[in-house]
Amino acid sequence: MRLLVNKVVLALSTLAAILGLIFLFWILITLTIKGINAISLHIFTNDLVNNGLRNLFVGQFILAFIAVLIGVPIGLIAGIYLQEYSFNNKYAKFIRNLSDVMMSAPSIVIGTFVYAILVNPVGHMNGWAGAIALAIIMLPIIVRTTDDMLGLVPKELREAGVAIGAPKYKVIFDIILKAAKVGIMTGFLLAFARIIGETAPLLFTSGNNEYFTLDLNHEFPSLTVAIYNLATMPDKHLVDIAWAGAFILTIFVLIINLIGRYLIKDKG
Amino acid sequence: METFFKRLSSLSATTILLILTSIFIVLFIEAKPAIKEYGLKFLIDPRWGVVISNTQNDKLKNNETVEKSSFEDKDDLDNDLEDDDIAIEDEDALAAAGVTASTDTKVIYGGLIPIVGTILSTLIAMIFAVPIAMGIAIFLAEIAPPKIAKPVGIAIELLAAIPSIIYGMWGLFYFGPFISKIFGGGSVSLLVAGLVLGIMIIPFMASLTRDSMKTTPDVLKESAYAIGATKFEVIKDVIFPYAKTGIIGSMILALGRALGETMAVAFVIGGVFKLPSKLTDPTVSIPVVLANNFAESSGMSLAALFYLALILFVISFVVITFAKFYFLGDNK
Repeated sequence: MRLLVNKVVLALSTLAAILGLIFLFWILITLTIKGINAISLHIFTNDLVNNGLRNLFVGQFILAFIAVLIGVPIGLIAGIYLQEYSFNNKYAKFIRNLSDVMMSAPSIVIGTFVYAILVNPVGHMNGWAGAIALAIIMLPIIVRTTDDMLGLVPKELREAGVAIGAPKYKVIFDIILKAAKVGIMTGFLLAFARIIGETAPLLFTSGNNEYFTLDLNHEFPSLTVAIYNLATMPDKHLVDIAWAGAFILTIFVLIINLIGRYLIKDKG
Repeated sequence: METFFKRLSSLSATTILLILTSIFIVLFIEAKPAIKEYGLKFLIDPRWGVVISNTQNDKLKNNETVEKSSFEDKDDLDNDLEDDDIAIEDEDALAAAGVTASTDTKVIYGGLIPIVGTILSTLIAMIFAVPIAMGIAIFLAEIAPPKIAKPVGIAIELLAAIPSIIYGMWGLFYFGPFISKIFGGGSVSLLVAGLVLGIMIIPFMASLTRDSMKTTPDVLKESAYAIGATKFEVIKDVIFPYAKTGIIGSMILALGRALGETMAVAFVIGGVFKLPSKLTDPTVSIPVVLANNFAESSGMSLAALFYLALILFVISFVVITFAKFYFLGDNK
């Protein structure tokens, strides 16, 4: 009887695993089929106004890139504070927990916040608002990664630096950050992969733009927002374009994740 | 230089605190007109954007007072002070509305439908996702040989990285029609939204659960096997008790993710302001209301949307904090 129960339960959980995997691969397979069928040279060379995706790729990338430029320095230095300067006091513990809570804050709520401070006063959606919303989402991820990776650097390295009389900031920048470089860069890469696929915080901050533009003071083209708009259109051709965009976005995100995984493994 | 950098670093760390506090304050300020106008009654009012003309308004006003008093009775038991404040403001607002209503129409915004939609879709997602994610975690941690467990584990983790808009799109075009064939109803419904949400959080939940289960020391498992326990007994009596807090914590984290998810739900929930009478009815959730209506709103409707955003923010904040402190422990 015990053996029977054992067999039944193991079979059930294997079945659950298979069921879960079926759903997940169902998604990937439909995405691949629909995406590959819809991809043509046309979508890479034309903007949304001519049923292409060129301006959207560029726009999405720029938004995420500016978010990195804002989020990474603040997050990196905050992470350095938590690990190197705070001596793990109560305030550091508090900030650490707060940052973890912020990591799980609904991204659409961050969108509403940015709308209130950067879109409403200006009167129209703009690229800066979108980039800042993404930076806010990215910040706690950067803090967490930096904090964790610096924690892995052996104490002896710090002591060696201090022993030869280097000031602390020099020890941090010339020794500790170099030792933790791969891990931190991987964290940045994964955070980038996370925000490049975000849609909700962009819907009403940077919105979307049919034309090619680099002007961040106005509505800015975004691939994910465009996918959302196009996919709900009745025109089948537009839906196909959305599939192509979704497919390319997913491949891009997965490749970045694989690279990050490889880097971590390579390091040991 | 040293002190400068030290200051700068502690300032950067404080940014986190500043951003979180200002999110709360800004949302509160923006929502204030709606909070003043509707008070806590917003939480139980099922009307959204309903225009009431002056003749109807008298009747509705009476109804409202009845509703309000019963609601106050209930709430007064909970906390006296806070509610009294709001109740006074409420009466003012109602009186003001009564005056203006004689010449003008009035639009009422209530948050009940999106709140119920959010809770129900998250509930369906959890009921669906928990057993499957547990199955996957047990499979990966205990059943599968390393040769299978490793690639499957990596695949699951990669799937957790796929943008949620992809799940929504797939739900709209493939999963929704599939579900409506089996259970009836339309291809967009509360049920489809909950299930898509569930599928979306499965990879996240499964990999976190697997990681917690793997923290069980091998010695404990081996000694159980040595006295003749079956694999199921080891899982049930050794691994689960050992990793319990971690597993529950990861489930609550997944719950928090489901609560605030926008894109996976926006495609498939229907976006209709209607309380669902059965699972296959379309309805709406807080993030979806925000996503669909935010850009076109102004004045009171915008304030009401900010009120909803504030509610969502507070709920997810409480859920995550609870998970962190009670189950995942104070790390480091």
